[in-house]
Amino acid sequence: MTVLRRAAGERHTIEITLNGRRCRGEAEPRMLLCDFLRHELQAFGVHVGCEHGVCGACTILMDGRAVRSCTQYAVQADGTDIVTIEGLGEQGRLNALQDAFMRHHALQCGFCTPGILSSATQFLRETPRPSEAEVRDMLSGHICRCTGYAQIIAAILDAAKATTTEDS
Amino acid sequence: MKPVPFDYYRPDTVDDAVALLAELREDASVLAGGMTLGPMLNLRVVRPRAVIDVSRLAALKGIAVERDVVVTGAGTVQRDALDSDVIRRAVPLLTLGLPWVGHFQTRNRGTLGGSVAHADPSAEIPLCLVVAGGTVVLRSRRRQRRVAARDFFQAALTTQRQPDEMIVRLEWPRAQSDAGHAFVEIAQRHGDFALVSAACQVRLGGDGRIAALAAGVGGVESRPLAFETRDFIGLAAGELPARLADHVADAVTPNEDHLASAEYRRALTRELVARAARAALADARARTEALQ
Repeated sequence: MTVLRRAAGERHTIEITLNGRRCRGEAEPRMLLCDFLRHELQAFGVHVGCEHGVCGACTILMDGRAVRSCTQYAVQADGTDIVTIEGLGEQGRLNALQDAFMRHHALQCGFCTPGILSSATQFLRETPRPSEAEVRDMLSGHICRCTGYAQIIAAILDAAKATTTEDS
Repeated sequence: MKPVPFDYYRPDTVDDAVALLAELREDASVLAGGMTLGPMLNLRVVRPRAVIDVSRLAALKGIAVERDVVVTGAGTVQRDALDSDVIRRAVPLLTLGLPWVGHFQTRNRGTLGGSVAHADPSAEIPLCLVVAGGTVVLRSRRRQRRVAARDFFQAALTTQRQPDEMIVRLEWPRAQSDAGHAFVEIAQRHGDFALVSAACQVRLGGDGRIAALAAGVGGVESRPLAFETRDFIGLAAGELPARLADHVADAVTPNEDHLASAEYRRALTRELVARAARAALADARARTEALQ
């Protein structure tokens, strides 16, 4: 029988690729992935809101897909490739999506923003020319209490336009 | 919140997983995508001593056609099922139901089997499985058994699964190419739990009358319901939406909670069953025409 066992209360080494770099930290089995990213790997752009998968603030890209990091445990993520907000643009240079968020004032307090940018990154890769309805459907997985969403939708549609123009 | 401390097990095979379950039984929770168990753990609704992580088991993933059924591994990620051409062609009802399951972000990780095992009364995948006439395949160390979905769901969060069993796959009867399908739902916010959802699949005879019908609702009672439809066979298609809506709305005993009164749920049931029937009939006509 081959079973990996990690005992409750004991810390174990977890190794992931975070924003392109191999990183190591320690976690006991019950440690949420979002807490591991913040407290062990200092990825403080991962925001922790509801801790049960509803608000979307902790959304990250794991192996290319936007997922909640609060309803997974660090021990499950061993060996995966994770991108957080810290890995989206370059230092001092916003990417097209981030730039559109700035121009459209698509954030106020910024708490929900890293999660939304993670989701929008996968979404625009798969749906380069989205309709407004498709953007709204994707955004239903995030809660923003400042903007009323209108500017966020405008920013994502604008980023899509900018990216498809660049490609053509 | 954070979960209670638990031992974490990651078995390499299904055999290893069921051997662990045989030993740990009620003390263990089976974790796949974590989109329902994760919140339950974090809110301490469940306090297992052990968590058995099956999310990496390749043997639980995959979508395949076997004779007259489509088999989906219990660990198949909802997003992959939504993208599957095999499912779109052979189980259109599931393709229509999946966009209503949680959100884009949770479908990226949540599994078909996880939703069925959790058995939330308003969950979409269980409703699709019940209306499609599907089967849940369970394994323990001792045996493998098949349970009709209509018998599997017993009450809210309660199924026929025994503590030493895990769901390994779901079987979906292949739809006829001329069958029409529809899935509709009302929730407070898109992606939230359904107040009421309704699913319908229908075939028309050459005379424009109902030749085959399956219909059901979720979120109304404590488990997904499919209805006996024998009396509707031979009915003129145009009469189906109103007749079926009345039949279902009169047959249910709706739940009452902070979101909706029983009477509101009954009203929604009537409306949504009618909408589902209309949409399924339109789909059936379009498919029949396309085949000619």
